[in-house]
Amino acid sequence: MERQNLSYVTPVHGEIGEGYELLAKSQADGSHSLSVLVSGAYCAACIQKIESTLKKQDHVINARLNFSTGRLAIDWNGPAANANRYVCAIENLGYGVRPYDVAVEKELLDDEERFLLMCLGIAGFAMGNIMLVSVGLWTTTAETMGIVTRDFMHWISAIIALPTILFSGRPFFRSAFSALKAGHTNMDVPISIGITLAGCMSLLETINHGEHAYFDSAVMLIFFLLIGRYFDFRARKNARSAATDLLSSMNGFATVVESGKHVHVPIRQLKQGHIILIAAGETIPVDGLVIDGMSDIDVSLVTGETIPVNAALGLQVYAGTLNLTAPLTVRVGKEAENSLLADIVRLMEKAGQGQALYVRLADKVARMYTPVVHSVAAAAFLGWTFFGSMAWEEALMIAVTVLIITCPCALGLAVPIVQVLATGRLMKRGILVKSGDALERLAVIDTILMDKTGTLTLGKPVLTSAYTVETLQIAASLAAHSAHPLSKALVDGYNGPLLTLTHIQEYPGQGLEGLYNGKTVRLGSRGWCGLPDAAHGDHIEIWLDVEEREPVAFHFCDQLRSDSADTIRKFQQDNLSPILISGDRGIVVETIAKKCGITQYHAEKSPSDKFRMLETLKSAGHKVLMVGDGLNDAPTLAGANVSIAPGTAIGIAQNAADIIFMGDRFDAVYETYNTARLTQKLVKQNFILAVLYNMVAIPMAVCGMVTPLVAALAMSGSSLVVIANSFRLRFSK
Amino acid sequence: MSVLIYLVPIALFLGLLGLGGFVWSLRNNQYEDLEGAAQRILIDEDDSGNAR
Repeated sequence: MERQNLSYVTPVHGEIGEGYELLAKSQADGSHSLSVLVSGAYCAACIQKIESTLKKQDHVINARLNFSTGRLAIDWNGPAANANRYVCAIENLGYGVRPYDVAVEKELLDDEERFLLMCLGIAGFAMGNIMLVSVGLWTTTAETMGIVTRDFMHWISAIIALPTILFSGRPFFRSAFSALKAGHTNMDVPISIGITLAGCMSLLETINHGEHAYFDSAVMLIFFLLIGRYFDFRARKNARSAATDLLSSMNGFATVVESGKHVHVPIRQLKQGHIILIAAGETIPVDGLVIDGMSDIDVSLVTGETIPVNAALGLQVYAGTLNLTAPLTVRVGKEAENSLLADIVRLMEKAGQGQALYVRLADKVARMYTPVVHSVAAAAFLGWTFFGSMAWEEALMIAVTVLIITCPCALGLAVPIVQVLATGRLMKRGILVKSGDALERLAVIDTILMDKTGTLTLGKPVLTSAYTVETLQIAASLAAHSAHPLSKALVDGYNGPLLTLTHIQEYPGQGLEGLYNGKTVRLGSRGWCGLPDAAHGDHIEIWLDVEEREPVAFHFCDQLRSDSADTIRKFQQDNLSPILISGDRGIVVETIAKKCGITQYHAEKSPSDKFRMLETLKSAGHKVLMVGDGLNDAPTLAGANVSIAPGTAIGIAQNAADIIFMGDRFDAVYETYNTARLTQKLVKQNFILAVLYNMVAIPMAVCGMVTPLVAALAMSGSSLVVIANSFRLRFSK
Repeated sequence: MSVLIYLVPIALFLGLLGLGGFVWSLRNNQYEDLEGAAQRILIDEDDSGNAR
């Protein structure tokens, strides 16, 4: 055996568990906490494995996984840098981890959710207890039980109902008040007026020993409406968050070479023409030209391409890309604010602003509903007072019953119940719906834009061509010493015993070299193996050159997801033709498009080209769904009517997208679309049911035929019908 | 009917006990992770002994 000289060159940057220390939050007592999203936890054993593994780590005080949301909270007593180790520990268990950076916003939302739940609980308690006496009131008359007993029961109801109205009615009062203050009305205005008037009139009725008090109706109304409100809140909780934290990567320092000396300069102060040094593993802070050094650059953040680019003299590099293997010297071409990265972030901000115009179906209904209810109630009051020659108290009571009974219990439940059921159903299949109205927007799309790498394809190179076992064995044995994605793919494509090679060296940007049985073996680019440069097709290649033999090529392809073509066909059957839009080379895009049966495709598009295309489509009146995963897709994802990203997408793309699907199956996109359409169908049915109910209830209320019993039956009946209809989602395929 | 004088307050008191329980559980974050709670019942206590 010769002298063992294994020189491992392992560029670890861009690997798992990097940069999490930046997300760790310091607590006052010097401990740290971190919130991350864990994917792949599906059972109790997973919870236990993750939590107990973390608790065995040094310094960890507490680790708790929220199973419903996938959010893992880790608290530890030590330096922030420990975060990376903890994240690695979870990833080594086989779970996916990604940053969870909307934590601040989340805490506010948690408070709001708890407030709604508290109101709901109290309304529920009050409703149950009022029913206790109300059943007596409904079933007997004053002759049987006596006026005194009836008054007693009314007073009991009043004691329970009035504080409840004041406490649990707050969500509606607040919203109504802020709407009125802003000079318009919403659904909560008639609700608030209805509840308040019902409370006051019933109190008056009780004092005057009257026959009907509507305390039960008022509380029941609050209870049902709060259920709807709570579900609606749950569905909307994960609203899209601004994704501009990317620019924070520009807050560091760069090493500038100035007359032979190295100076640290803040990235924002870099000027055109500065010469900067970029160490291996460092993120390139600005756009510029390589003037010295040879390395590989991971450009996946910017172009979505997974294969690193060979960096040599004269290569244009972009901010946000990673220098992988060796130091580079770069001349600054553009200042940080003008880099491609900054452009993308600006585009995203612009896209986010154009997004706020969507009006949800429920709001549209509410806009029509409010004036109608108000005028019917007012008409009933005036009609009975002036033409029905009724005392104003009695007429007002009729107006109040109109307000109560038309109050949209069923209407308030129609959307949220279906949405909660739909998002829950999708969640079980690994599809995360971030904003409640995303499904509503998805149901009406007519155009689909798709990215290629990482979206239609898996975004990982896979060995495609066949070779003799011997060459593959040699190549894999050599490749095992490198962390280059192609080397990894080569090793993945081989499953057999590895050979022992010696004198292994990795030459950044070129390839590997080693000794096998006394012969020099080289693995790398064409040039590295002594071949002239030539154009290659849609595949990526590396060459193996064993001394005294002909060089052999290994071909890699980015593999299509196994069901991409099927999914595209399903969309086409629904008369939706996806458009493929990619930053990749023409021939690659064409091949993939043909394989999937996509007729419209565009290659070599920059992020702003993609965004411009989206704008054109949108201004032509199209409703666009964008499916993509890279930074280059992020503006388009943010600007599209609705967007979907795979779970492997970069953080900023996931932030921008409305829906995220986990796993390798592209079918999830179609399934989400299908569920969205079903959801929308059920919502519309629910609205129709609610309207039908009102068509019966309003005339009765206006005629003064509604007693507290009728009101209670009508309200709970209509709500139950709507809930039952919504649950059909559970049983449909 | 006079029995109502006792029964109604008793009923209300029992109801309030329930409400108190609800408020307590809400304040203790017991509604944060309903699915997780359903799964955690299957975990052996010895290993992850921080019952909240």
